Amino acid sequence: MGDTASMVLAVRGLTRTFPGVRALDGVDLTLRAGEIHALLGENGAGKSTLINLLTGAQPIDDGTIHLDGRAIRPKNPADAAANGIVAVYQEITLLPNLSVAENIYLGREPTRFGLVDRARMRREGSALLARFGLSIDPALPLSAFSTAVQQLIAIARAVDMSARVLILDEPTASLDSAEVAVLFRLMRELAASGLAILFVTHFLDQVYTVTDRITVLRGGKLVGERLTADLARLDLVAMMLGSLPATESHLQRRTAVAPGDIVVQVTGLGRRNLVSPFTAEIRQAEVLGVAGLLGSGRTETALLLFGAVRADTGGVLVDGKPVTLKGPRDAIRLGFGFCPEDRKLDGIVADLSVRENIVLALQARQGWWKRVPPARQRALADDYIRLLNIRTPDAEKPIQLLSGGNQQKALLARWLATRPRLLILDEPTRGIDVGAHAEIILLLEELRNDGMALYVISSEIEEVAAYADRVLVMRERRQAGMLTGAEVTPAAIIDAIVRPVDGEPSGRAA
Amino acid sequence: MNTPAWFAAARSRLLLLAIVLLANVLVAPGFLEVRLVDGRLFGGIIDILNRGAPVMLLAVGMAPVIATRGIDLSVGAVMAIAGAVAAATVNAGHAWPVAILAALGTGLACGLWNGVLVTIFRMQPIVATLILMVAGRGIAQMITQGRVLTFTDAGLAGVSSASLLGLPLPVLLALAAAIGTGLLVRGTALGLFIESVGTSPRAARLAGVPAPALLIGVYVWSGLMAALAGLIATADIRGADANNAGLWLELDAILAVVIGGTSLYGGRFSIGLSVLGALILQGMRTCILRSGLPPELNLLLMAVVVALVLVVQSPACGPVLARMTARLTRRGTA
Repeated sequence: MGDTASMVLAVRGLTRTFPGVRALDGVDLTLRAGEIHALLGENGAGKSTLINLLTGAQPIDDGTIHLDGRAIRPKNPADAAANGIVAVYQEITLLPNLSVAENIYLGREPTRFGLVDRARMRREGSALLARFGLSIDPALPLSAFSTAVQQLIAIARAVDMSARVLILDEPTASLDSAEVAVLFRLMRELAASGLAILFVTHFLDQVYTVTDRITVLRGGKLVGERLTADLARLDLVAMMLGSLPATESHLQRRTAVAPGDIVVQVTGLGRRNLVSPFTAEIRQAEVLGVAGLLGSGRTETALLLFGAVRADTGGVLVDGKPVTLKGPRDAIRLGFGFCPEDRKLDGIVADLSVRENIVLALQARQGWWKRVPPARQRALADDYIRLLNIRTPDAEKPIQLLSGGNQQKALLARWLATRPRLLILDEPTRGIDVGAHAEIILLLEELRNDGMALYVISSEIEEVAAYADRVLVMRERRQAGMLTGAEVTPAAIIDAIVRPVDGEPSGRAA
Repeated sequence: MNTPAWFAAARSRLLLLAIVLLANVLVAPGFLEVRLVDGRLFGGIIDILNRGAPVMLLAVGMAPVIATRGIDLSVGAVMAIAGAVAAATVNAGHAWPVAILAALGTGLACGLWNGVLVTIFRMQPIVATLILMVAGRGIAQMITQGRVLTFTDAGLAGVSSASLLGLPLPVLLALAAAIGTGLLVRGTALGLFIESVGTSPRAARLAGVPAPALLIGVYVWSGLMAALAGLIATADIRGADANNAGLWLELDAILAVVIGGTSLYGGRFSIGLSVLGALILQGMRTCILRSGLPPELNLLLMAVVVALVLVVQSPACGPVLARMTARLTRRGTA
């Protein structure tokens, strides 16, 4: 890390705590002038929190930020921008109904005699955009341009606000490959002019194409900083997913029951522009693990299987008979349950009590007319609170007041109350404290041993390797492999995640 | 529902109603007297219940709609349409029960229209129901041909003037609707479904709650309640006034539901508290009318009270009030 001369941004021990979760835990980050630096990690790794602290969108609990050797503590995004730290997000945060020039100078319009000097704004806007290779009329409304151009305009605005540090948060997610190439050329030019660029993405190819250095976060902690050229793709994925290919798993397999008959057979289930057809069978008393990076299509397989999104090809057999999955209600009727990845938005019903959240799926399956009697509701809730060790003073507490781990347990209880045959879990242990984490893993193993079929998506590779009987590996929205028996090891899973699909070269791709 | 939170919410609304009634007593000392004349009760309280019946009915229909994160702006216009249909039906020579069924059927159809726009066409509820709010008065005027369509049918007029067990029929209708709807939503799982769809539509869908049918249902119910309120309003003046029947009452109904503690962001709702909200509004209106103050003051004072209620309910105010209450209690015990 030596040369302090070119060091623009030095972040040391940055910490941010939310109730029950340490979102960022003593993270260091060093950005150098003229460098494009990738910030990588799975969902919940702490990338967004780090950006929010750097831009002052959230207050810092502990740690320091030095910009050009000067200690700063951004109070809000405007303060961060005044200091020279500006972020451009995937969702463009400009105003589509205003003109391009108005957007560029929003909040800092050039004035003349106290009035906005529109002519000057257009002139200077035009000159600025020309530097970014855009010859467009700045008087036109922003909405007249493509997402890619809007993205470039947002970057132009950011850089023009005398940025020293430019943060690009998933800027390529909605761009096509030609537009990405334009963006990358611009990024290289900006870096060459002495800017430090922090680039957040989940496309590993892009990391190897454009970045000089990589910082990886996992679970709110710093995993490490590496030179891109020195880091093999396999090792990078291992850093992100928390396992070194060579090391043996410290978790012991506890297979007590042999898998039984096939419960659900998925054949060529897919949907255009979402996930290519995939095939898998899930047996009684079996955990089918699903591994893959963020954006690999792993969540989409669950959405199709649960009917939350309708497939346009392939089908599903339950007990050997074809079934229709037009919506979650069909899946629930077949005895499926689904704990989604985004607990807050898709899982809990925040205002309702723990009891009401637990009985919701059972009640929905019974229909509105046959209400679960209040006494039975209380008994169900109390039973699950005890069985799953849900820490809440009582069942009538609004679920939003519980910690993430206890919310997750209540959601598991919601599905267990319906006595499902197949339980689909998307990242069941994400963002929850260590104790609850271990309890949930134990619970999954118990459920498996009781004969339930489980479909568990997880980015915790070591865990998946420990409890899954087979592992479906997803890569670039395609099935990249199915590991069985002795093949289920962290090293093999990571290898399958990284292994090219059609013989494209792995490692440093240009 | 017998949670302490619910009890506290009911207590504060009852307190507010008591204050409003007390103000009525101060303005008109004979307010609390109730007399029995020709087998029907008369008096200030009965008057408030009777005059408040239409808004009580609207609030009963509006509360579930608002709980799903929706709103129904069309109820005032639906009142006018239903009244016009009833008057036109009896004037065409049909019996009064036919007229009542026709009016209620019209209300159901209006609610179905709103529900389909919101659910199938995914329109924002405020826009979807605004369409009928604007168009509805036109439809009602077409039915009445621009006149106040008077009628002499005693059966239809009886919806407003008849009484049973000493109570005016509108009061009984409103109470029956409130109790019936309350039992319907709390005795079945409808209340839970409505609250889960209103709080978190995505989570509710993934848990298997049949959201589309539920949404259409709450708008249909609101339309039905509006039609019932429209029948009372029409029977009251023995004529269908397309321009003025139910005018601005959608706003009263929304206020009543909000005073009853339901958030416009959806979620928790209570039929009983919404009805209390309607009675508080009617109590204030009666008080101002009896006080001899200029009626213009009515709107102003109502606005002030509503603003106060909302400020007191707001999250920003919660801790402050809690501290004040704690200090008062300490002083009281010391």
